[in-house]
Amino acid sequence: MKYLPNTASLEYFPLHCVGCGMCVEVCPHGVFALENKKAVVLERDRCMECGACITNCAFGALKVDRGVGCAAAVIRSMINGGEPSCDCSGKGKTGDCC
Amino acid sequence: MPELKFMKDNPEKEMAACCGPAQSTLQLPDTVSCCNTGVPVRGKDQPSWVTGTLMTDVGAIFVVSTGLAAADFWEHVKCRISAFRNNYRVDPGLYAVGTPDKNSDVFATANYKLSFDVLRKSLKGLNAWVLVLDTKGINVWCAAGKGTFGSDELIRILSMTKLDRLVDHRRIIVPQLGAPGVSVDKVKKAAGFEVCYGPVRAEDIGDYIASEYRATRQMRTVTFPILERLILTPMEISPAMKKYYLPYAVVMFAFFGLQPGGLVFKDAAGGGLPFLLLGLISLLAGALFTPVLLPYIPFRSFAVKGWVIGMLSVFLSTKYIAMLGHLDTVLLIFTYLFFPLASSYIALQFTGATTFTGMSGVKKELRVSIPLYILGFVLSLVLLLVHKYGEWIVL
Repeated sequence: MKYLPNTASLEYFPLHCVGCGMCVEVCPHGVFALENKKAVVLERDRCMECGACITNCAFGALKVDRGVGCAAAVIRSMINGGEPSCDCSGKGKTGDCC
Repeated sequence: MPELKFMKDNPEKEMAACCGPAQSTLQLPDTVSCCNTGVPVRGKDQPSWVTGTLMTDVGAIFVVSTGLAAADFWEHVKCRISAFRNNYRVDPGLYAVGTPDKNSDVFATANYKLSFDVLRKSLKGLNAWVLVLDTKGINVWCAAGKGTFGSDELIRILSMTKLDRLVDHRRIIVPQLGAPGVSVDKVKKAAGFEVCYGPVRAEDIGDYIASEYRATRQMRTVTFPILERLILTPMEISPAMKKYYLPYAVVMFAFFGLQPGGLVFKDAAGGGLPFLLLGLISLLAGALFTPVLLPYIPFRSFAVKGWVIGMLSVFLSTKYIAMLGHLDTVLLIFTYLFFPLASSYIALQFTGATTFTGMSGVKKELRVSIPLYILGFVLSLVLLLVHKYGEWIVL
């Protein structure tokens, strides 16, 4: 299943890539592949901006505006301000959103 | 090398051996350190899934069962249908599966009991350590997104449990979905442990180990099959019922019952009932039919998918449900305007439960759909007022 095309904020800077393959390993949607010892972005529209790749790229070759793909969280942040975050079970309490 | 003694269901005796003077474990507070090792020993309220205690150099460690009991299953059901999941936790720390030793694998997980249960069930037949991070009762993936399942917490719990004294190797298997919060580099530098990302699904752990700790692309990829979508729908339906349907039902009853002479129950029931039914159908269209049929509904936008299913539900309902077959023109226009938009809005909420929607896409959908929802809502109100005006004019 794919979500809206051409919306993911993923940016890739091949010059910084050393081909360690961490992004290929951690991406849960197979967005990356390794070709000729460099990462390539294969399935950009599958990116859900979870941030796994940027957290584990030690070379700054990736950038993404990470966040929750949750309408309730985005609406809440529009009303209350701040970044959208998963707190389904109400203010201050911790919830299991996803 | 740590000296490991396995003891089954006799914590009192071993506690005495470890901590000096014999004392009943039943009187121990929740977090008493055994021989000041910093490892909490919980003497009271020992969970039913603990089968024994393992005495180690770093203290007493609970051995957990790899079988799920009927009580566990029942709790899992409650997690899927109610707010029970909001406080379903295990104590963070170190646990043992089987009889692990200094060479055994270490698996990290969250302290959401459902996550913990899925992991221990998948470790059947293995001897392993389970490292439970304090994620405030949130599952691995969501907590990793928030950062509570993250490098800092992993480093903290490694130091707290003194894992480096318990195992000779320096490897921790972290679920791949923990990667948004865990930096391999940071953990290596701060704690000296190598993070190895295991498969997405705990059920693949056996195959992952058998193939020398290599996960296939399939093991690394998240899916969202129909059963996984279906299992999430009760927690879409139930909050929507409370948040939207109840107030809606009250307003509709009042609206149809309101007559120049006051509230008339007969009118409230007669006029309101078809709309209570349509409300319920459109809620299910957004919170049940759309999630279940997700990949088969055209368009990628959840708002559009929900609207399509909402339209279809309204069409079929007005065609085949006798009670809904006699709506006048104004109410029919209201029905086709309001209910598909309601389904659309509710379907959008499912983005929070999916495994593939990103924030940029959701923001884009909302920029377009929210003004339409507001416009549709206002027009719907106008139509209801027009209907009421027509009704009262006749009187």
